[in-house]
Amino acid sequence: MKIAVASGKGGTGKTTLSCAMAFAAQEKVTLLDCDVEEPNSHFFIRPEIEHQEQVFRPVPAVDETKCTGCGECARVCQFNAIVTVNGKTLVFNELCHSCGACVRICPTGALHEVDQPIGQIETGRRDHVRFVSGRLDVGQAMSPPLIRRTLEQADAESLTIVDCPPGTSCPYVTAVKACDAALLVTEPTPFGLHDLKLAVETIRDLGVPFGVAVNRMTEEKNPIQAYCEAEGIPLLIQIPEDRRAAEAYSRGEPINTVMPELNERLAQIPEQLKAMI
Amino acid sequence: MKIAISTSGEDLSAPVDTRFGRAPRFLIYHMETGTFSLKENKQNLNAAQGAGIQSAACVCEEQVDAVITGNCGPKAFAVLDAAGIKVYTCGSTAISEAIDQLRQGQLHPADEANVEGHWV
Amino acid sequence: MKELVIISGKGGTGKTSITASFAALADHPVLVDCDVDAADLHLVLQPEIQTSETFVSGHVAEIRTGDCTQCGLCMAVCRFDAITDFRVDAMACEGCGACVEFCPEKAIDFPEQECGIWHRSKTRHGSMVHARMHPGAENSGKLVSLLRTEAGKLAERENAGLILVDGSPGIGCPVIASITGADAVLVVTEPTLSGEHDLKRVLQLVSHFRIPAMVCVNKWDINKEMTSQIEALAESMNAVPVGRVPYDAAVTAAQVNARALVESSDGAAARAVRGIWGAIQKQLFAEECCHVAS
Repeated sequence: MKIAVASGKGGTGKTTLSCAMAFAAQEKVTLLDCDVEEPNSHFFIRPEIEHQEQVFRPVPAVDETKCTGCGECARVCQFNAIVTVNGKTLVFNELCHSCGACVRICPTGALHEVDQPIGQIETGRRDHVRFVSGRLDVGQAMSPPLIRRTLEQADAESLTIVDCPPGTSCPYVTAVKACDAALLVTEPTPFGLHDLKLAVETIRDLGVPFGVAVNRMTEEKNPIQAYCEAEGIPLLIQIPEDRRAAEAYSRGEPINTVMPELNERLAQIPEQLKAMI
Repeated sequence: MKIAISTSGEDLSAPVDTRFGRAPRFLIYHMETGTFSLKENKQNLNAAQGAGIQSAACVCEEQVDAVITGNCGPKAFAVLDAAGIKVYTCGSTAISEAIDQLRQGQLHPADEANVEGHWV
Repeated sequence: MKELVIISGKGGTGKTSITASFAALADHPVLVDCDVDAADLHLVLQPEIQTSETFVSGHVAEIRTGDCTQCGLCMAVCRFDAITDFRVDAMACEGCGACVEFCPEKAIDFPEQECGIWHRSKTRHGSMVHARMHPGAENSGKLVSLLRTEAGKLAERENAGLILVDGSPGIGCPVIASITGADAVLVVTEPTLSGEHDLKRVLQLVSHFRIPAMVCVNKWDINKEMTSQIEALAESMNAVPVGRVPYDAAVTAAQVNARALVESSDGAAARAVRGIWGAIQKQLFAEECCHVAS
């Protein structure tokens, strides 16, 4: 089973929850860090890295000896990544979405695909946690191809926890859609509630069953609880606000070390989500 | 010699639009005759991306020799360069004045893009 | 006219709270919320919407079942696994049009896609341009570009001296669209290992686009040693440290009351934000910050 740990707003504690659930699990577990723009879970897992591989995506290249400058490739490209001027074809890789339409349409076979590096995938291990992390190269705009490749590393046999990118657009959708269930992490502030609502709206469109985790709970009245009750969304865990947790986070220590009393609760979350599928 | 000038106006008194990729139209000026025509750049304003590239392609269609604009991004510059079109940059002055400056040799051809852009 | 973009690399570092305070401190700026995925600035500034327009961008494939002969070529050409059982999953469709182009029966339509809605508004601190993406919609980078362009027009009309942009987290397409061509960037970070790591990546991106950068550390007293380490990192990457904000419950209290921190508190964090705003103004209006074409 694959569980997405996601949120609309950034910085609510996705990585904290993902790592805490991985450590609290009683059995073998895989953690996939799919927040490839800013992967952070390695700080908390501290895995021994066993393998690193470069990830590529295909982009078109022009064989000038075969190109007649007919401009069919430029016409078919929806992303303005190709232009033909004065019989010359120019390709702009940054705009290319790797759809392959240009190569397929070229009447003279002047276009072929070459590999362009977009990032790395690291694989490692610590205790019962198998760790996989995607890392986008700085300056690359498009993260979904790398997210998809990272997701391929999920373990079909055992539990896989996916630390997702923030937001509600393409990177978030790419990661969440591939999972069986999701845990949406939020915080009890107006920003947290607003962004949770957007994440809920998106995930309902995707049809993925989900529950909510509240991080940095205070004693005061909690708007998230009221919202979840009204919407019939299960509130699976609440993590109290605690300066020790913030300090541990700053040093890269998992929350399990400062709040071991949470372990039992954390270990139950996958079971509860499984029952919702 | 034919020149394309980015603008949101419709005659020589209008100012040069400093955006090349998202300029509403180009004024195509004939140096020899002093006449001009207008080339709409409308479809590019709504392009998801690569507006600069498409604007450059649009200008190339007019077979101009040079472009006067404010800011030209690296992708648009690469296209214009491939087509052998020179790029002159100036501030937001009147088109007629920019043409005068070009005549008097006060505008220098850019040898690289002067703004970094991704969507511009 | 100057354009300052506030970004964070890592999410949740307090970028929007700090932007809202700058909005209150600046002299009638034009405000833009470019964190279109998780737009929160309006929760503090309570804009009164003046005009709304839909944001249309890109296309999505739609198979006309009646004309489809189920030859399967569309599935073969689609690189995004967006077609199953001769139906297009709009969420998965990348809008590349390959299936539309190659369908032998021309049985696939390719309508434009409405991705969201954007507004011009008034707030108590100035005009504001903001938007809401439809859930799961694409082209957030394009929407960001549109918002900045519209803010530029508004600023020109209103003769505003400053555009304040609340940027998005990460280093991908919306962030790139938020910062290209801006006069300066402020990165709001926090003294954590993740904060440091993400700051480094986002500063690499900012320097790639040759934009002057400043850095401030929020909740700096959670890990004082890490704060010093982060400021040293910033300096080594040519970013100017402009201040530290202490951990202060007044920040959340301000958010709950829909006020900017400097409007509702005179506490330690509010005083720190005022100091940072002073330092930013010096940087922003100094010569060395002006080398990017405006």
